Amino acid sequence: MKITQGTFSFLPDLTDDQIKKQIEYALEQGWAVSIEYTDDPHPRNTMWEMWGLPMFDLRDPAGAIGELKECRKLHGDCYIKINGFDSSRGFETMRMSFIAHRPATEAEYRLEREEGPGRTVHYKLQRVYA
Amino acid sequence: MSMSEGKDKDKVKMVDLQSLLQETGVNEVLDELDRELVGLAPVKTRIREIASLLVVDKARAALGMEGTRPSLHMCFTGNPGTGKTTVAMRMATILHRLEYVRKGHLVTVTRDDLVGQYIGHTAPKTKEVLKRAMGGVLFIDEAYYLYRPENERDYGQEAIEILMQVMENQRDDLVVIFAGYKARMNTFFQSNPGLGSRVAHHIEFPDYTVDELEKIAETMAAELGLRFSATAREAFGEYLELRRQQPNFANARSVRNALDRARLRQARRLLEAGHVDADMLVTLEDADIRASRVFDESREQVNGGEAAC
Repeated sequence: MKITQGTFSFLPDLTDDQIKKQIEYALEQGWAVSIEYTDDPHPRNTMWEMWGLPMFDLRDPAGAIGELKECRKLHGDCYIKINGFDSSRGFETMRMSFIAHRPATEAEYRLEREEGPGRTVHYKLQRVYA
Repeated sequence: MSMSEGKDKDKVKMVDLQSLLQETGVNEVLDELDRELVGLAPVKTRIREIASLLVVDKARAALGMEGTRPSLHMCFTGNPGTGKTTVAMRMATILHRLEYVRKGHLVTVTRDDLVGQYIGHTAPKTKEVLKRAMGGVLFIDEAYYLYRPENERDYGQEAIEILMQVMENQRDDLVVIFAGYKARMNTFFQSNPGLGSRVAHHIEFPDYTVDELEKIAETMAAELGLRFSATAREAFGEYLELRRQQPNFANARSVRNALDRARLRQARRLLEAGHVDADMLVTLEDADIRASRVFDESREQVNGGEAAC
């Protein structure tokens, strides 16, 4: 199952050239670009591992692309996302976050239902390991 | 393939280099360089040559000729205050206008910004700086401090190796300019031949003549909204002659410092005078210059000489 989340989740995977253009856009907006990776892409997992610090003072996407390549080399079996953080007052949050790399075999999840008191149903996404 | 060859035979394509140069707007920067920077003739010639090379390369590309990107890593050598940083800043703009670098910003660093404090600290630090400089120009001031031969375990070597790698593999992404005093720079490149061979352009910044320094002083004064009186100008010329003989003379930087001190003395003089008019406020007088310690020392020397007699 193809896991999608974040910006552009409805689009096919971005090519490296498209990723570069997106980073370029983020830098033009003055956002700090950072790279994160994880082997647990559960939608509720907001704590991905940081690949180095956010790249403040970056002017050109070449630096971030270099980092992405490094990260892919080391964590090719993980999901890697690129974030654009807007530090301006009023936002102070991520303005962009998209998946830039996914492993060859994707993580599988199964939906589980659990009956609670009063016949309420609780849903749970359970990771399935092949 | 055969079609395009046929086309080329039909019509010999021409490229107007001058209009190509006009389009880039690089002429304005070059003219500005000529206008605003006093002296430095060899530097200006070299920069014009580099600009011409890039324009000609663009023309080649326009005619569909393949060419390799020239390596533009540079080394600026010269005494303190000869305008190395200023020229580097202009260089970044010129290379940007000619589309050699994508962004055209200048990142100025010294040893401290590149070399770490402990094992494993240097590589991330250097890479961080390189990332910031990508798309622009990295200016490494007093680059010879990177290499400390007296300590074989110095981390500077590691920074140099990372630099060399990026200079070679990512020529499209950034231009590195090394700067420093000539003699020490030469030893630096001799002890790091790999680095020396990757720097194609060695540009030497000559010392300024007294005339040029006077011109610089007037420009600086004009920027501060001041001007020299006729006698003050004469005094400043004499001051420069004396100051140049002394150690630690830093060309344009010394001129700036001298000017700052003259401003202080002028301010005190004006306060003591009590009543001033607009003209007095903007004029540096003879006395403001002559009160300098440089003149005292020369007088002392003369007196000392007489005493010895």
